[in-house]
Amino acid sequence: MRYLRARLIDLVVVAIGVSIVTFLMIRLIPGDAVAIMLGANTEITPDRIAELRSRLGLDQSIVAQYFSWAGGVLKGDLGVSIWTQRPVTEEIASHVWPTLQLTLLSLVIGAGLAVPLGVLMAKLRGRGFELVLQIGAVAGLTIPSFWLGIMMILVVTALLPQVQMLGYVPFFEHPLGNILHLILPAFALALPLLANLARLVRSAMLDALQQDYIRAARARGASEASILFKHALRNALIPFVTSVGINIGYLLGGAIVVEQVFAIPGLGQLILGAVAERNYPLVQAEILVVTFAFLLVNFVVDLLYAAIDPRVRQ
Amino acid sequence: MTLVTSSATATTRGRTPLLLKLAAGAVIALTLLAAFAPLLAPHDPLAQNVLARLQGPTTAHWLGTDQFGRDILSRVLYGMRASLGIAATSVFAALVAGGSLGLAAAYYRGWTDRIVMRLMDVLFAFPLMLLAIGIIAMLGPGARPTAISIAIVYTPIFARLLRGPALVIVTSDYVMSARSIGASDARIIFSHILPNLASVILVQLSLLLSSAILVEASLSFLGLGTQPPTPSLGMMLSEGRNMLLLSPWAAIFSGAAILAIAFALNLLGDVLRDTLDPRLRGQR
Repeated sequence: MRYLRARLIDLVVVAIGVSIVTFLMIRLIPGDAVAIMLGANTEITPDRIAELRSRLGLDQSIVAQYFSWAGGVLKGDLGVSIWTQRPVTEEIASHVWPTLQLTLLSLVIGAGLAVPLGVLMAKLRGRGFELVLQIGAVAGLTIPSFWLGIMMILVVTALLPQVQMLGYVPFFEHPLGNILHLILPAFALALPLLANLARLVRSAMLDALQQDYIRAARARGASEASILFKHALRNALIPFVTSVGINIGYLLGGAIVVEQVFAIPGLGQLILGAVAERNYPLVQAEILVVTFAFLLVNFVVDLLYAAIDPRVRQ
Repeated sequence: MTLVTSSATATTRGRTPLLLKLAAGAVIALTLLAAFAPLLAPHDPLAQNVLARLQGPTTAHWLGTDQFGRDILSRVLYGMRASLGIAATSVFAALVAGGSLGLAAAYYRGWTDRIVMRLMDVLFAFPLMLLAIGIIAMLGPGARPTAISIAIVYTPIFARLLRGPALVIVTSDYVMSARSIGASDARIIFSHILPNLASVILVQLSLLLSSAILVEASLSFLGLGTQPPTPSLGMMLSEGRNMLLLSPWAAIFSGAAILAIAFALNLLGDVLRDTLDPRLRGQR
């Protein structure tokens, strides 16, 4: 309980910090943000500037602005999109599914394959193999996901010209089409995660296999499979869980880029469109929502971590 | 702590020097290619030639031409120069900013430590690409905003990385004795603490340069980085994608150049880590 309370306080403090930084983003724009926002599509008149300024609350003191904005955020009001006048939460809700699905599918591919691959890599030893492994892992980490995606499109188009792989099909309209459209982008996004996590599982396995409890299990006559999976893997998964949590941030960011390659109408498309239109309330709201989601995921991961490893709770 | 098995130690000793030389050699070669791009490029990277559009590799254009007939090899060389320049500037700025904050937190402890590290936690809480995009949304697209945004998102990484080991050194006997003979704060930090952190810094510089190359390429791929017509690898890839079925060469070679630089730097960091600290083999 003490651990839970400490983590909750951390979460609240960081969340408040995140909200202040995100709030300040619009206020720190060099020059007159309102004129810049209007300048993207319309004629600038003093009336229009004053009108938008009071609509955004920019005519109040900065502290008052923060509290009225934060109060709105707590009630689920993140402001309205400058051009469409729709609440930004609606815009975000209509783009969240493709990104969420892409991120989850990548997580399943990356984390799911990393465990068996890491265990296998821990079993295989030898000089030549370690070299191949090191080079393979570095390559997996550094192949740009957007380039890999483009190369996949190139190869698939050459081999199967009739396959349509760009765009997005909602899951409930066409489940199979949905998965088929997402599998390539998910793999491109998952590769660095896979390389990173497989290596982590391998080194954690090697580490665990040298511990006394493994020797004790061997002495008791436990089978090789039981030693590998029951004793070593369970302990090796502890660093794995934390790393997965942190990597979700990478996946959310990487999805923005990969979505552009495969023309997926997700949060990436939304934020890039908003940046191009200088629709700052939308940019701000999306950053806030995604970062809060990321914070919550890591909070849950921390709790899981404590559940797996009793030492953490102290 | 990880125990190093005898076999792993033997492999490390047997091959690391060669791999280290290869990785360092590749990084130096790519840096030279980028640095001397103006001398090495066979054509003007901006010169258009409508008669020679979208060609594959020929003797005149070794890597082919893009949709305006511009020489891809020359554009890749200039693009590498831009990418490495932005990555190096931003990672160095992050090292100075994050390093100072991390060292200050470790050295002064107490409230300084708490406030600085909380701030770093807040910056670290944002998904990296999202914060970078947010900063560019404020500053407007371009090479400079890209460098600033990468420097800001990497600052907490250096602060967190250096605070831990610095804290151990600050409370060590030799810093205590330096302090007892009246050494100044600056002297303790620069001649006792920093030299002991050199290997950690070196490894991290190499790894973060590698990922900064990828972040810079991503941002310019999204149209937020270096603006056309200045050549940049990410932008070339994004333009090449639209011509993919007509002529894939610009997309293939610009991406391969990004991969080559990021790969060489990451391998260098990886091998350096193994060499400088064998206990950390294979960990991330």
